[in-house]
Amino acid sequence: MSELVRRDPRKEWIARNRLHPQHLEVLAELGGGASPSEWLGPNGLMRRDPHAVGFIGPNGIKRIDRSGAQQAAAQSSSRQAQPEDTRRRVEIEAPAFLVAVVPDMPSGRLSSHDRDLLGLARQLADAEPERPGAVLAVIFGEHKETHFDEAGADRLLHLAGEGFAGYMPEARIAALQSVERELTPRHWLLPDSTLGGAELGRRLAVRLGERPATQVWQIEADAASEHGWRCMARGAAGSSDISRTLPRVALALAECAEPVSETRHAAQPVTLAQGLPEVLGRIEDLGAVAVDPAGVALAEAEFILSAGNGVKDWDAYHHAAQVLGATEGASRVAVDDGFMARDRQVGATGTWVTARVYVAVGISGAIQHLQGIQGCDKVVAINLDGGCDMIKRADLAVIGDAGAILAALVAQVERYREQQRENRDAA
Amino acid sequence: MPHNAPQSATRPNVAVLVSVGHHPLTARARRADQDARAVEMALSLNDIQASLIHAGCHDADSDAALCGYLGMGFEAIELIEQSSGADVAPALAEALRDAAPQLVLSGARAETGEGSGLLPYLLAESLGWPIVTGLAAVESIEHGVATVLQALPRGQRRRLRVRLPAIATVESSAPAARQSAFGPARRGELTCQERPGIDDEALAEWRVQPARKRPKRLKIVKATSARDRFKAAAAKAEGGGGQVLNDATPEQGAEAIFKLLREEGVLR
Repeated sequence: MSELVRRDPRKEWIARNRLHPQHLEVLAELGGGASPSEWLGPNGLMRRDPHAVGFIGPNGIKRIDRSGAQQAAAQSSSRQAQPEDTRRRVEIEAPAFLVAVVPDMPSGRLSSHDRDLLGLARQLADAEPERPGAVLAVIFGEHKETHFDEAGADRLLHLAGEGFAGYMPEARIAALQSVERELTPRHWLLPDSTLGGAELGRRLAVRLGERPATQVWQIEADAASEHGWRCMARGAAGSSDISRTLPRVALALAECAEPVSETRHAAQPVTLAQGLPEVLGRIEDLGAVAVDPAGVALAEAEFILSAGNGVKDWDAYHHAAQVLGATEGASRVAVDDGFMARDRQVGATGTWVTARVYVAVGISGAIQHLQGIQGCDKVVAINLDGGCDMIKRADLAVIGDAGAILAALVAQVERYREQQRENRDAA
Repeated sequence: MPHNAPQSATRPNVAVLVSVGHHPLTARARRADQDARAVEMALSLNDIQASLIHAGCHDADSDAALCGYLGMGFEAIELIEQSSGADVAPALAEALRDAAPQLVLSGARAETGEGSGLLPYLLAESLGWPIVTGLAAVESIEHGVATVLQALPRGQRRRLRVRLPAIATVESSAPAARQSAFGPARRGELTCQERPGIDDEALAEWRVQPARKRPKRLKIVKATSARDRFKAAAAKAEGGGGQVLNDATPEQGAEAIFKLLREEGVLR
């Protein structure tokens, strides 16, 4: 649509004349469709009608939103559909060098540690604007991540295959060695995390014959060093700082750099010319071992079934936790009333939990409790009251009687387990 | 019972690498926490022959710290003498090649010096043995194969089978070490061994200082209007846009929850 301002003197005249029978229609038309509060005056000035500004709020009181968000929403059909993505697109066609990053990808997605690491890689790659490097992310196995471009990866090497499922450090190292042989990145960056990055990075460094910097938490440019960088690394069980030149392989701690937020990158897929080498592993993964969920510390439990005042049948609740394989948690009320032990309390005065899935049964969500579950990924609420704070926090909320829903859930999980057992027996 | 007293050829040999630790509060030399857990794990194994190996300086402070391991029930520690700034990996690799143990246990990282946790990997690479990290328990050692439990984050465990000889590291997820008894610690002895050391040249170029507090990450708000800035400052922690099932039967509700649990992979 053209951005030229076309003036219609007759309509402007009608808009000025409040007694004209067509006054309101013309006012609405000139005001850009839906908002009659502003229109273009005869001298090119914007005129506004203060009585037409704002909207009637839920309590019947007129509200005025000065940010313009309301009017913008009203005009959105005629002007822009949605706010533009203001991030700059960066494409690096012929990189001077590569910075390889091997993210952890817990549960198939980039963790915040991985994003920090990609931010660190961008610092290394973008140091010289006339000779930019490219950040290469090396991913193993299946993943669910779709935003490598926003995280700052220019190239994406996805090494798929059966061989990388489970604990396969030897196969992964062999694959990384072939990456080294073909692409020869200038830097290798890995997360120094217990999720696997720490181990993989040390194995890689030893295999490449490099002395890595471990527990790096800061880098700074330094022309005197070999690659132009110095790093600050924790040493001696975290009690000292070592300032040294940045070697080729570095294992960085979380929050080592700011994650990428202002640019989008290409995340262009690359492949290895030669296939992956066959590796005869001396370590065999026999699979996960069932652990007693009650024995897992509440602070690091992965799946918590938490009970509050809304739980009436406590035997059924304990049975449900056992069937689901969840660690038990409780709100303060349940603990104070003596239904649960004190060490099971979740919240500001109890334990701050970091579960991936937190199921709150009959918990209304006091602010102290919501603080305690800030670190949880997915929150499921089962509650009778549809207006409580826990429902607002929850990713999935089911309004209803907690006892009946838990019973139905237990029946469903038992059916599922039964089916799994049959399939295993058949196979 | 002293563990390395009766000699037997049939029982598998387990060597534990021990180091001198550093108490985080008093800064005194002590037995290193993770290494003590490795020793504890070796002591908890049945039908094995355990030995302790330490490579480092031979002075009063570190000897007193090493006695902490002797007090856990050992008669001797094999001490490979090295100067204070030396790279102990080659000497240790040589010693292990001579001793030829079936399994080598060690802590994941040292409490002094660089503390990079690289030593077990270097030994594994130079000896050509497999390495397993984060051991929680050793289940069995038989017919040249060890079955071990590996500790994962969030209290999970994984069972692995490793071809021996192998190196395994122990982290703080392993069972805590027993107390060191004073009498056995006094009676035990250090058997010294001379091996040529290699000076660590890179170490001299580094600047080491006491750890300073890491800067806290600032919450950066990129807002274009005053209203957005106010909302960012005053916002409550909310999931935002969660699905709410009103008027659903218990079965429908359970179905929805079950689907979410399946998707997140928490039902085992």
